[in-house]
Amino acid sequence: MEKYTDQGKVDTRSGFGAGLTELGRTNPNVIALCADLVGSLKMQDFIDENPDRFIQVGIAEANMMGIAAGLTIGGKIPFTGTFANFSTGRVYDQIRQSIAYSGKNVKICASHAGVTLGEDGATHQILEDIGLMKMLPGMTVINPCDFNQTKAATLAIAKHQGPVYLRFGRPKVANFTTYEMPFEIGKGIVLNTGSDVTLVATGHLVWEALLAAEALEAEGVSAEVINIHTIKPLDTELLLTSVRKTGCIVSAEEHNYLGGLGESIAGALASSHPTPQEFVATNDTFGESGTPAQLMEKYGLNKNAIIAAAKKVMARK
Amino acid sequence: MPDYNYLDNVVSQVRRDILRMVHKVNSGHPGGSLGCTEFFVALYYEIMELKDGFDMNGSDENLFFLSNGHISPVFYSVLAHKGYFPVEELNTFRLIDSRLQGHPTTHEGLPGVRIASGSLGQGLSVAIGAALSKKMNNDKKTVFALMGDGELQEGQNWEAIMFAAGKKVDNLVATVDLNGKQIDGATDDVLPMADIPAKFSAFGWEVINLEKGNDLKAIVETLKLAQTKTGKGKPIVIIMHTEMGNGVDYMMHTHAWHGKAPNDEQLEIALSQNPETLGDY
Repeated sequence: MEKYTDQGKVDTRSGFGAGLTELGRTNPNVIALCADLVGSLKMQDFIDENPDRFIQVGIAEANMMGIAAGLTIGGKIPFTGTFANFSTGRVYDQIRQSIAYSGKNVKICASHAGVTLGEDGATHQILEDIGLMKMLPGMTVINPCDFNQTKAATLAIAKHQGPVYLRFGRPKVANFTTYEMPFEIGKGIVLNTGSDVTLVATGHLVWEALLAAEALEAEGVSAEVINIHTIKPLDTELLLTSVRKTGCIVSAEEHNYLGGLGESIAGALASSHPTPQEFVATNDTFGESGTPAQLMEKYGLNKNAIIAAAKKVMARK
Repeated sequence: MPDYNYLDNVVSQVRRDILRMVHKVNSGHPGGSLGCTEFFVALYYEIMELKDGFDMNGSDENLFFLSNGHISPVFYSVLAHKGYFPVEELNTFRLIDSRLQGHPTTHEGLPGVRIASGSLGQGLSVAIGAALSKKMNNDKKTVFALMGDGELQEGQNWEAIMFAAGKKVDNLVATVDLNGKQIDGATDDVLPMADIPAKFSAFGWEVINLEKGNDLKAIVETLKLAQTKTGKGKPIVIIMHTEMGNGVDYMMHTHAWHGKAPNDEQLEIALSQNPETLGDY
């Protein structure tokens, strides 16, 4: 089993903030926009260093998306910042018409995704955003797993031409990827090779998948762990290579099973290599108030849930 | 001094194009298109400084954003006559595989179009973004936008109106096509919006009233006046009173032709009221 070290608990949104700050220094076309959530999105350093390249739009997300679309005309690369709920569902038609259909180079950066937003409850905990965004033609959808990867993703999307949805979160989580680990949009990362079951995870569930693989190894099960950070376009080749070897797969994500990563994987495999699959995801439900750890436990989004799913799917081979 | 005889001829030809386009495919929106024909001709022929050819960024030239995208026929006709694409292409309006989609889009690569519109209420925000981009690039050219009056019922407009004034987006000239009509009837019957100029004024915009919104000379002079008011800390709006269906007697004074095409007989009557001047496509 590959060893990964938690370099310290830190939030993925801070990875976004760090990446944005670096972009402020390296790419003069990058513009940041925010709808009254500068602190939550960790944008203050960028603003301090580039006050003329920051647009505070107030609590008006629809207008923010339209302004971002307009900014691209003239060569700017706008990064919008608000919670995932207000980055997607609230402004779906603005994104659809003014950004996606119009082919605008807007980076929609969404924090506080999923139930780990915690105590604010279901009004703010979107579990449908991956589905909403992946259904838009031309939209790239990325859900990095830790601070380092979120920073790498933030830097990478600035170089990518076209609309991107970048999803990250609020809680402090293990930071275990390294800067040396290559980040390429659309390319999954094999974190551990194995032969009995494939564990595919995105976002906060990647660390849980590694913990699950470790526990499974102790029971004599060899689990391959794949980090899919880019949900669209999906690295189908990597997944096919893995399931041809293991014969079964578990997908894990902090999102509804409807519309999520697991659904994309099932769709891709069904057409070329039908494979038994179990879904670690929320089950068509809204979230609720609670601590992130309590919510991940209650909604079956942790190591133990992945282990149980792995055993179940191996029995179906 | 603008050659108003020539501009009148352009207006007449654009009206013919609009009518023939919607008639051919028995769909589209002639009413609002006809009501804004003089505005489009004035803007594109007398006001905007445009570079040769088309590039999306539009640096160092004026930009125009159409928010009420359903009046695509007038937009397409004027773009074609200005040389953005062949006039003959108007023949493909709303047909399969055409760049001239029912509502304007960048998706098919039609030169002259910089944003998709049709789902209402989004164009002003986009125009604001483009105006901010020009400010950041130290590009002094003004950005223009057109919205329908019924469209102002969309809430996003008021976010944009608040923002543009609050953030002093003063290189922007928006125009509201105040024809008082929308699909279901008079705007006052569907949802009374009361005093629209007063609302813009209260939000902090420079408001210019254009009573004669179907008079070429009045439009040209008002747009020129609006340009003199740019760079003074306020966004500018022209409240342009128009007649939906203008230039075709039976299409005026009614909302019936908002989204309805004339039949063969009606087309002949309409064309007889708008002589061929630059040549039909």
